Amino acid sequence: MTPVNNPNNKILDVQNLVAGYIPNLNILHGCSIHVCVGEIVTILGPNGAGKSTLVKAIAGLLSVVEGSIELQGKDITGMETHKLVREGLGYVPQTENVFAKLSVAENLELGAIHHRSSMAETREKLYDLFPDLARFRNLAAGKLSGGQRQMVAVGRALMASPSLLMLDEPSAGLSPKLTQVVFQQLLKIRDSGVTILMVEQNARAGLEISDRGYVLAEGVDRVNGEAQSLLHNPEVGELYMGGHGKSTMENVVTASATSENSTPGDSA
Amino acid sequence: MMQFVADGILNASLIALGALGLSMTYNVLRFANFAQGEVLAIGAYFALGAVTVIGAGVGVMGPVKFGWPLLVSIPLAIVCTSIVVLMVDYLVFRPLRNSNASRITLIMAAFGLSLMGRNLIHLFAGGDPKYFSFYIPKAIEIMPGVKMVPDDLAIIGLCVFAVVSLHMFLTKTNMGRMMRAVSENPTLARINGIDLKMIIRMTWIIGTALAVTAGTLQGHIFQAKAEMGFDMLLPMFAALILGGVGNLYGTVLGALVIGLAESFAVYFDLSAYRAAVSFMIMLLVLLVRPQGLLGERE
Repeated sequence: MTPVNNPNNKILDVQNLVAGYIPNLNILHGCSIHVCVGEIVTILGPNGAGKSTLVKAIAGLLSVVEGSIELQGKDITGMETHKLVREGLGYVPQTENVFAKLSVAENLELGAIHHRSSMAETREKLYDLFPDLARFRNLAAGKLSGGQRQMVAVGRALMASPSLLMLDEPSAGLSPKLTQVVFQQLLKIRDSGVTILMVEQNARAGLEISDRGYVLAEGVDRVNGEAQSLLHNPEVGELYMGGHGKSTMENVVTASATSENSTPGDSA
Repeated sequence: MMQFVADGILNASLIALGALGLSMTYNVLRFANFAQGEVLAIGAYFALGAVTVIGAGVGVMGPVKFGWPLLVSIPLAIVCTSIVVLMVDYLVFRPLRNSNASRITLIMAAFGLSLMGRNLIHLFAGGDPKYFSFYIPKAIEIMPGVKMVPDDLAIIGLCVFAVVSLHMFLTKTNMGRMMRAVSENPTLARINGIDLKMIIRMTWIIGTALAVTAGTLQGHIFQAKAEMGFDMLLPMFAALILGGVGNLYGTVLGALVIGLAESFAVYFDLSAYRAAVSFMIMLLVLLVRPQGLLGERE
């Protein structure tokens, strides 16, 4: 797995983004990030840093006050949410990310409303990747467990064959073991040619599969760098701890999270 | 006794059509459209206009007293009424939605429109009831002791057809799935690439189509008058709530219960209390099952 941070090959370029949920109360105060083709990039940061706000703004769910968002070289700032699917953006929200009353198969079909012709093919690929989806295809998505629901949500987004897949805390509510399963699948998805941008609360697990990361604080991108270096960066630990102590991210996460003994991605 | 069951089923068919329209708009637009009754009435008047222009007695088919003009007038009336409804949505509900108006504001706006619609019918069509035709059909015996006018049977058939079509539409077509998606989670639907504005327009059109069909058929077997829709509003809402708000099959079941209840009120010589009887049943069911017959607990 070689880092692919090639600035000439940006798939997403967010510049000085200012946005919020209500007028005159911005959460993001000039946030800039970029993602290059083939990367997995993780956005970290303490609660209230604006991580979810950032992905929601990219997904067109919030109105952008200032700044610009470019996807595959095209300016998508202020574009309506429903049009972004056709621009190649897949987005998996953190909560309520499946249609609970609809069957798994119907959820997947809804993901492909603009890709009807290639639907059957994409679905077969997806069933290979997530055999559970095939097994539960006729079950209402709301009846599935948290991990399976997350697979449906990711699968639904993949049905539109996105170039960039954005995930808001894919590990939320999952056990450490399931988190590893989901993250292993994200690696497979990336290897199939989909670039990934995710927000993650579980910093260590997130960075382990990432190429690069950004640490947000108070609505601004404060630190960024290669995933491994972020784990040992004392500045990152301070941002998480609100400026107290000199702990590195390593200490912070080992103190708070139960980690699994896997080292993903070595073989790639 | 069976005669009252037959009458109740006829009544229930018409209530079901109107209530299903109500249910569709409630599911997607998330407010109770109190102007649904006027949609029904305006549709009936458009159909009446079409039938009058084409000629009421033309092309009577077999034993029924309506001919092709009535069947043609329904789609015509659906188109005309949909245009009115979409204009109203554009002028009234769309600005309210855009300013994130509360549910109660939308309901009050619908109340106002309902009042306006009723009075506009008075203004343009007059206060007297209008008849689609003056031909009095002969009832036939469908079972020992049960007589029904062929038209009524045709109407029940048409209503069943409409309900089955709606079911097929919602479960088998892409558009239907998109509507169910929007009714469950509008934000996730948008993320999936569903154009909310288009779905809202489609919802209005389908709700209107159901209401117009109910109104026209009701006008055909009884009469068309400005209050016809408003009079239907209470049984329609009773059916909707009884069945479990948001569940289309529950709505049909609720309509059946209300329709039969109203019919049996007449059987037990309580015709003056028709509306009260259906509400009593609704209250009793809700005491035992607050979520309605087929509704899910929140």
